[in-house]
Amino acid sequence: MTPHPSPSILSAAAASFSYGSETVVDRVSFAVGAGEFVALVGPNGSGKSTLLRLLLGLLRPESGSTTCFGVDPRQLTERARVGYVPQRSILGLELPATVSEVVATGRLARSGWWRRLKAPDHRAIEHAIESVGLAEQSKRPVRELSGGQQQRVLIARAMAGDPELLILDEPVAGVDAESQRQFRDTLVHAVNAHRATVFLVSHELGAVANDLDRVIVMKRKIVFDGTPAELVASGVDLGVPADALPRWLEGLT
Amino acid sequence: MIGVISLPYPFEREFMQYALWVGLVVGACAPLIGIFLVQKRQALMGDGLGHIAFAGIAAGLLLEVWPVWTALVAAVAGALAIEWLRNRGRATGDLALALFFYGGIALGVVLISRSSTGGLNVLPYLFGSILTVGPDDVRLVIILGLVIIFSLAIIGRALFASLLDEESARVAGLPVVLANTMLSVLAAITVVAAMRIVGILLIAALMVLPVATGRLVARSFRGTIIISVIVGVVSVIVGLAAARQWALAPGGAIVLTTAAIFSLAIVFGGERSRARLTNRLPTTNH
Repeated sequence: MTPHPSPSILSAAAASFSYGSETVVDRVSFAVGAGEFVALVGPNGSGKSTLLRLLLGLLRPESGSTTCFGVDPRQLTERARVGYVPQRSILGLELPATVSEVVATGRLARSGWWRRLKAPDHRAIEHAIESVGLAEQSKRPVRELSGGQQQRVLIARAMAGDPELLILDEPVAGVDAESQRQFRDTLVHAVNAHRATVFLVSHELGAVANDLDRVIVMKRKIVFDGTPAELVASGVDLGVPADALPRWLEGLT
Repeated sequence: MIGVISLPYPFEREFMQYALWVGLVVGACAPLIGIFLVQKRQALMGDGLGHIAFAGIAAGLLLEVWPVWTALVAAVAGALAIEWLRNRGRATGDLALALFFYGGIALGVVLISRSSTGGLNVLPYLFGSILTVGPDDVRLVIILGLVIIFSLAIIGRALFASLLDEESARVAGLPVVLANTMLSVLAAITVVAAMRIVGILLIAALMVLPVATGRLVARSFRGTIIISVIVGVVSVIVGLAAARQWALAPGGAIVLTTAAIFSLAIVFGGERSRARLTNRLPTTNH
């Protein structure tokens, strides 16, 4: 993995954002290169989710800037290059919808939302469902699956568009061990086979801690940016209470 | 010209066939739109648009223009205005609706009080009527139905994606605002198409109750669409037949049929369906 590949896939330059008088993202700068597997960690209220929304173009920075594939994320036209996995709780699950129906919506940015899906689209959807280990469940309603399986449905949806960049928001929160293992395999497959860049926001990195290229620790500002080994070696003060430390760090010490 | 074809009683007469053609289009289209409205928690949108259409009808009667045209203009304009208010964040969904809901009915009442014929001509639009449906209605409703189905064929996928998860739909660059606006406009068109036989007061029921049945029974989105449309169409046929047989108001007969089907689905749908109705379905959370 090259240390500073160019151009950057995802970046922030002195990006700031406040809710009222409370600055939650404070002059944050970093750049993620092609093929990197990066985790953004930090305690609750550390501004992770806000930073994520700035990077996705759902929010506009008050000062500074963010880019996605080298352009303002709100100006990005080839949206299929980004695969986004939101927190599981936001899915409208009371609607009867099967796994394959939900995953198919992830293909629309690639296939064109106004068109019928064609044979290659259906193959990509099937492949995405297989890659998260849900082939047998593809005709089942998503609302009847376990929390971990639902999370994998969302990952498959993001993968269905063959993204170059996968952005995940708290993907393993409250997820069973089998789903965590599947989750790790899926991400490693995305990085290795599809040469995707992965940007992961999470508390719990236990499943993927050993596969990460880089960890960014955030508490409104960036307090650390380096490899997981460097994080352990540096003994960096994360500036968070001990019980809010990401659990996976314990395994590295 | 729309000719009379050979159909058994109670659809053997010309006026019943006009009502049937309008009813079949409406029975299919109202649930199609309703599926999306129900999921967006805007089940009452049909009611609100009906009230706005009422103002349009009153204006048409006053100006001596075919009221269906003025209702169409009023409902579509109202739908666009509601979406505009929502997108500007000036009013939440409910309150944006309330402004037009009550404003529409009040404007309608004021206009009717100025009309020389009084309120009598309004009744068929409020409660639906088989006898007043003519070939002009059939032609217009078929065109409106084609507009609805063609539009949904284009925008339906993006709409479904944004119903599941609006944030991800925005990230994927799907036209979320356009899809929502189209949905409101199509709901307005459905209301106008449906008002001749169902009546403005009961239109929302035909958008909501077949969908409630579909959601209860189906296990996929496609299945929900199919079941909802079948329930809508069957309700219209049974309701119109009952209206003819016993000289009932067609809107009431149609909606009672839909309500009966929904009740049967609850009773005979098994424990699973009842659990789904109250969102008690157990999900294993590891």
